[in-house]
Amino acid sequence: MMAIGLNHYLLLSAVLFCLGLFAVITKKNAVTVLMGIELILNAANINFIAFSRFSDTDFDGQIFAIFVIVTAAAAAAVALAIVLNLYERNKSINLDEADSLAG
Amino acid sequence: MPTPVFSANLTLTNLVTSVNNLSETFTSFLFMALGAIIITGLAAVLALIGVYLERKISAHMQDRVGPMEVNTEIPLLKKIGHGWAQTLADAVKLLLKEDIVPDAADKRLHLLAPFIVFAATLAAFAVLPFGKNLIISDLNVGLFYIVAISSFVVIGIILAGWSSNNKWSLFGAMRSAAQIVSFEIPASLALLVVIMAVGSLNLGDIVAFQTGGIHKWLIFQYFPFNLLAFLIFFIASLAELNRAPFDIPEAESEIIAGFHTEYSGMKFAMFFLAEYANMFLVGVVISTLFLGGWSSPFGSFLNGSAFFQVFWIALKAFAVIFVQMWLRWTLPRVRVDQLMYTSWKVLTPFAFVAMFGVGLWMVLLK
Amino acid sequence: MALFDFIFYGFAALTVASAGVMVFSKNVVYSAVGLLFTFFGVAGIYVLLAADFVAIVQILIYVGGILVLLLFGVMLSQKVAGVELRTGTMNVVPAALVVLGVFVVLFRVITNSAWAVQAPTEFEPTTATLGTLLMTDYLIPFEIASVLLLGALIGAAFIARKN
Repeated sequence: MMAIGLNHYLLLSAVLFCLGLFAVITKKNAVTVLMGIELILNAANINFIAFSRFSDTDFDGQIFAIFVIVTAAAAAAVALAIVLNLYERNKSINLDEADSLAG
Repeated sequence: MPTPVFSANLTLTNLVTSVNNLSETFTSFLFMALGAIIITGLAAVLALIGVYLERKISAHMQDRVGPMEVNTEIPLLKKIGHGWAQTLADAVKLLLKEDIVPDAADKRLHLLAPFIVFAATLAAFAVLPFGKNLIISDLNVGLFYIVAISSFVVIGIILAGWSSNNKWSLFGAMRSAAQIVSFEIPASLALLVVIMAVGSLNLGDIVAFQTGGIHKWLIFQYFPFNLLAFLIFFIASLAELNRAPFDIPEAESEIIAGFHTEYSGMKFAMFFLAEYANMFLVGVVISTLFLGGWSSPFGSFLNGSAFFQVFWIALKAFAVIFVQMWLRWTLPRVRVDQLMYTSWKVLTPFAFVAMFGVGLWMVLLK
Repeated sequence: MALFDFIFYGFAALTVASAGVMVFSKNVVYSAVGLLFTFFGVAGIYVLLAADFVAIVQILIYVGGILVLLLFGVMLSQKVAGVELRTGTMNVVPAALVVLGVFVVLFRVITNSAWAVQAPTEFEPTTATLGTLLMTDYLIPFEIASVLLLGALIGAAFIARKN
């Protein structure tokens, strides 16, 4: 078994990305779709930090990862507020039923 | 034919190197496991002591004596008396109790929740400095790690409330989660004051900054801002522990027993022990950050060996815990809206004032 | 195999298994618990990549903030007491094909590209350097992120208020 190199981390990140993508495409529950989005963001973060470790610009990747985490938090907060609002209106958070642009 | 011998030699060397490597791996792993076992034992013993102390202190404050019955017949230990084995008896009783899970409850989450709470509390013990070389893991981000792991407890509480399938459990869990999350903010801001004063997140460095006598303790530096930070952190940690006067989630007269209503036996014992272990954790953290940790208040007198260092930090941690228990049995319970008011409108602004004050002081005078 | 490799494979297995639980479970709360362990696994991977500060930030914000928010969202948007939180799936087969296709493309790109890799340096604490960088080189993104968070705070409180 060769030593753990950049490719290992990139492959792990690719697997997580695909799993998150699957969750976003197939799930009907709005909160589960949000969870899939968080998984995709985590996969991208692993990529950033792996590249930052294995190259000579030592800290750019980590700074970017911190900003991604912060932005993901803001996005999750607003998205959940919208989901709660959606629940108040439709009495369910099934994304298939949220298809009217009126009112 | 030299080739088979040559290749046999190579494979043998490979085997030996890999076994060597494996045994190195195994030994490091063994040391880590040993550290984990030590922490678990320490936390469990401290939690049992904490339960006993609570009962005795509350009893004496209420002018009664508390548990006196359970001693042992072993001649040497019999002299201690005062019912010291009460908690052991309680622990045995809880372990032997039947584990009742409600029918409609989610069994897997019901089982997972107390483990999450206990594991989170236990994991934070790994970075506490009990002496100069008595840290299990000297993390460079030690203080930050403690803050992060403490926020992990909220998940366990929410899962406990949800999986019990019981309105009161759910309400208790939501209230407790809201309380803990609200008070994390002033607590973290107060910790920022300490970090600014010391310049490092490493708990060993923070204690090293405070060695040399009582005048170097962080609570007395940058007066009065560090004192303010100490008070804010103390009050916020009371709320994070769900202890009175902030114990609405656990109050028997309000909400039955809150999120651990449906728990019995071993799982309830885990919640119980986790709360008292958490109390010890907070006691040791406050002593390390503000009261000088394992260093002696007399400078280098009585500071030499590990025995004295453990003695000092135990003394300070127990003093903090005594004050916490004292507050529990003295102050009335705070209402939920008063609790939120305290966190957001009182503690957070004062924490900002403390941070600003220390920052300004440091910039102007350094 | 060195200890480092064991730990990496352990954390990678934890991450992928929990992500699997998150994606393939029908119960929303089980998905949330799966996400919890995924975040922990990812934090472990960050530590192995010598990013200790980012790992703790990950635990603090993702587990202590976002996951609590998600759990509250799940519990407040279902009818309480007695209703199972099942979530359906739709278009599973086309989605699986698309996702497999994406994975194959990524795999080919990763394994066939000649990344400009440098040997990694020794493990060093990163907190001080990150702090200095955030205050000097990356000050503008830092300030913009604060404004963004303020906007998200106000916006979320406004959207979720009871009318």
